[in-house]
Amino acid sequence: MSGVVGQVLLVAVLAVPAAGAAVVAALRHDRAARLVGTVAAGLTLLAALPLVAGGDDAGGAGTDPSPAVRPWHQVDLPWVPGLDLRFHLGVDGISWPLVVLTALLTLLCCGYTLWKVPCGGSGRALVALLLVVEVGILGTFLALDLVLFFVFFEVVLLPMYAIIVGWGGPDRRRAARKFALYTLFGSVLLLVGVLVVVTAAGTADIVALTGGTGLSRGPQLAAFTLLALAFAVKSPLWPLHSWLPDAHTQAPTVGSVILAGVLLKMGTYGLIRVAVGVAPEGAEWAAPVLGVLAVAAILVGSLVCLAQTELKRLIAYSSVGHMGFVLLGVATLTGTGLRAALIGNIAHGIITGLLFFLAGAIKDRAHTGDLADLSGLRDTAPRLAGLLGFAAVASLGLPGLAGFWGEAFAVVAAVRVGGPLWLTLAVLAALGGALTAAYLLRLLRQVTHGQASPVVAQVGPGVARAELLTWAPLVLLTLAVGLAPILVLGVAQAPVDALLSGRP
Amino acid sequence: MSMVQTVDNIALLPAYLAAGTAVLVLLADLLVARARVTVSAAALGALATAASAIFVGGGGERRTFCVGADCSYVFGGRAALVAVLVALLTLGVLGLSGPLLRAGATPVGEYCFLLAASMTGGVALGAAGDLITLIVALETLTLPLYVLVGLRRGSLASIEAAVTFFVVSVVATTLSLLGAALLYASTGALHLGRLGVLFAEQPELLDIPLTTVAVALVVVGLTVKVAAVPFHAWAPTTYDGAPLPVAAYLSTVSKLGGVVALLAVVQYALPARTTGPVLALLAVLTMTVGNLVALRQRRTVRLLAWSSVAQAGYILAPLGALALAAGRTADARAAAYAAAVAYTVFFVVLELAAFAAVVALRPAGADGGTLDELRGAARRRPWAAVGLALALVGLAGLPPGLAGLFAKVTVVRSLLDGGAGWLALVVAVNAVLGLAYYLRVVAVLWSTDRPAAVPTDPAAVLVRAKPVAAVLAAATVVALVVGFAPQLVLDLAAR
Repeated sequence: MSGVVGQVLLVAVLAVPAAGAAVVAALRHDRAARLVGTVAAGLTLLAALPLVAGGDDAGGAGTDPSPAVRPWHQVDLPWVPGLDLRFHLGVDGISWPLVVLTALLTLLCCGYTLWKVPCGGSGRALVALLLVVEVGILGTFLALDLVLFFVFFEVVLLPMYAIIVGWGGPDRRRAARKFALYTLFGSVLLLVGVLVVVTAAGTADIVALTGGTGLSRGPQLAAFTLLALAFAVKSPLWPLHSWLPDAHTQAPTVGSVILAGVLLKMGTYGLIRVAVGVAPEGAEWAAPVLGVLAVAAILVGSLVCLAQTELKRLIAYSSVGHMGFVLLGVATLTGTGLRAALIGNIAHGIITGLLFFLAGAIKDRAHTGDLADLSGLRDTAPRLAGLLGFAAVASLGLPGLAGFWGEAFAVVAAVRVGGPLWLTLAVLAALGGALTAAYLLRLLRQVTHGQASPVVAQVGPGVARAELLTWAPLVLLTLAVGLAPILVLGVAQAPVDALLSGRP
Repeated sequence: MSMVQTVDNIALLPAYLAAGTAVLVLLADLLVARARVTVSAAALGALATAASAIFVGGGGERRTFCVGADCSYVFGGRAALVAVLVALLTLGVLGLSGPLLRAGATPVGEYCFLLAASMTGGVALGAAGDLITLIVALETLTLPLYVLVGLRRGSLASIEAAVTFFVVSVVATTLSLLGAALLYASTGALHLGRLGVLFAEQPELLDIPLTTVAVALVVVGLTVKVAAVPFHAWAPTTYDGAPLPVAAYLSTVSKLGGVVALLAVVQYALPARTTGPVLALLAVLTMTVGNLVALRQRRTVRLLAWSSVAQAGYILAPLGALALAAGRTADARAAAYAAAVAYTVFFVVLELAAFAAVVALRPAGADGGTLDELRGAARRRPWAAVGLALALVGLAGLPPGLAGLFAKVTVVRSLLDGGAGWLALVVAVNAVLGLAYYLRVVAVLWSTDRPAAVPTDPAAVLVRAKPVAAVLAAATVVALVVGFAPQLVLDLAAR
């Protein structure tokens, strides 16, 4: 593929959803607007998919003999020279899977909204907001300029707040407020961290900065501390996670799917691309702390899940544990660990997206998410129960399904680093993996098995076609990534090696 | 020395036009005595002033009233920027005054005359080259406001506001004047540039306690006008008691005036070693206290007033970098001044939009009211509510209010350039506090709950005033444009 086509596609990935959001907001007819939004989301996915083609030949085109970031395609335009801000987009093997995942989940959410609008505001406003959120997330994954990265990181905040407040559950105000303030706290730290790097290095170009060239040790430590804190709020890393359960539980189904599926990945992606990339010395210095916190997140997340009594809240807390594995992979700072983190990111996005869709479907039917009131779903709605079983088993990391690779190899990476600290962390993380299995099996036992409870008894066996259409891609991807992890790892191999190439 | 000075009348053209506007308005009111004509005269005058400022400012720096190398009137890039801003903001406030003037309780001629007179002070302020011109211009800007604040007939709050404002402001002016006199006593200079040179050449001047006291008095007197903590207490009472358009004027033009005056003395005259720590402390106090108190406000204009106190803190913050040696290099200083000016420009645009939206959402001639009275306003006036939301989100510094986002980025950037990372962190954390209350207002606008027993006056129907809508639209468009092209503002601010 020629360079120009790649550039056009890169811009289209952002411009199509943005234009879609504008059109959706301007249309008066609700259903037509939702349809337009879904089409825009579909076109975005179509623009994102071919970005992978022709990737390799662009790799060596740079003037630098071995840049640590080799984007397949890039667009680089000046925007605000006074702030060192350039409109610099690029895609490589680290960002492409996440871009596709974002485009796919947004398409599924928009499609789902075509079928069912959660009560609250109008459907077209919801679709418009989903598209704006998509622009922000995709922009974050594509940005190759630190300041631009920050701007896109911020774009997501208020539309997501509006989605939770407008279409959320009974306690939505408090949850949305907490979400907004926590994540803004993270992103202002990101702002300071980013500008520490920019003022110290005199450039905001991620390609030039990656590998830590141009930054001395002092600014690297300061920058990594600030950036890691910022991304830890977003990921979220224990103990900065407390916004997550509330926001995920109160958000409407589509909001939860986007939140858990891709929004959290902005944190882990940022950690890999920006924090580790730009300040490798800082990363090395802070790695043990990050590792300990990640394992703490795994254990705390799993233990809290064992005590949850609400379906969505349980799934929300499970994200804390799963993202703990991802962060553990990053903290090892090894090729294995980073690849485990990347595939863990994707797998968690697919599986948790599916889980939230299923939880939403169950709550819509039973009108309660209380685990004590749910049982025997297998008898009344076998297909729904089967899908829930599949998703839960995938989430607990059964080999052959997507969840396995990230978690297993995060532990392997920790073992390979060696030393008493990392061995202990690996053992504890593995223990956390066992706890994960425990709470997900407990969930299955309570929800699907046993006598049908009164609320479950009213649930019909049917699953709407729109629901099946929405869930099928996620089920298939869970299988595909599980059976052929090369789908993600193949493209991520070279960029991860390049990222780590500067290390001693 | 010749007793006859040559006066560069072109440099003075914007000031002439502004003063001429005031006279024209007075005559129009006297001879034609029709509200529409009077307001039109004022609006045209403001436009002409802005145009002349652009024209004169485009032609390079002009100096006049010079004694040797020192000039009392320097019309350069910054002066032109200030003059254009003041004139356009005055025009905007005139547009917002439509419903108030039509409600009938306010005398149109006096109102427009006072606004134009105040505008004259603002236009001259940016060009002031010595302390006396500076303080006189600032007083010309402020003096008409004492009357304007108290112009809501039959309102006790309005009179209380006027008296508070008058007393505090007069004390502040006295302090500044005393400081200027003491500076003159200890250095023998009044011109800003001359003072700067003297302090640079004779550092021992600073060892005289009198000089330190003088510097402190000048700075304190000027920070009152900016409403910086601990000299902020007048602002909430005054804003809330004043008619809404006058509150808008106070929080935009008047604040801009204070900032410009403070910048002039800090940049050109006073030694950064002395003013830097004071300004750093004031900035931290101002943003933190402003944001914390704003969290608890229940009245719309009071909330905006406290938020504008906090915003003054962000404006002062870049100057706080002067406290450290790393912040006193030539580059860092230039960046700090430019950042303060840029932030001010972004701020006044967003603040005008916010006030315009509040005027649009309130009944004609009413005060700001409580937040509960805005509950669900988005259903009645969706566009005005969107305007208010955009402006507030911009003030909070988040997309889609990109103007506010880049304003914050500029400030944090200049602080890090000056090595004041701690102050950058304080600014950052304050941004989080700020979002908490801005978000509350925005949430109220779209709230679907029934208002909690708000007495609704059936006579107080919403008026759809075209000028108000036009001002809101113009301010929003400008905010969006500078949001996508912040380089425009950054270039202007660095001149």
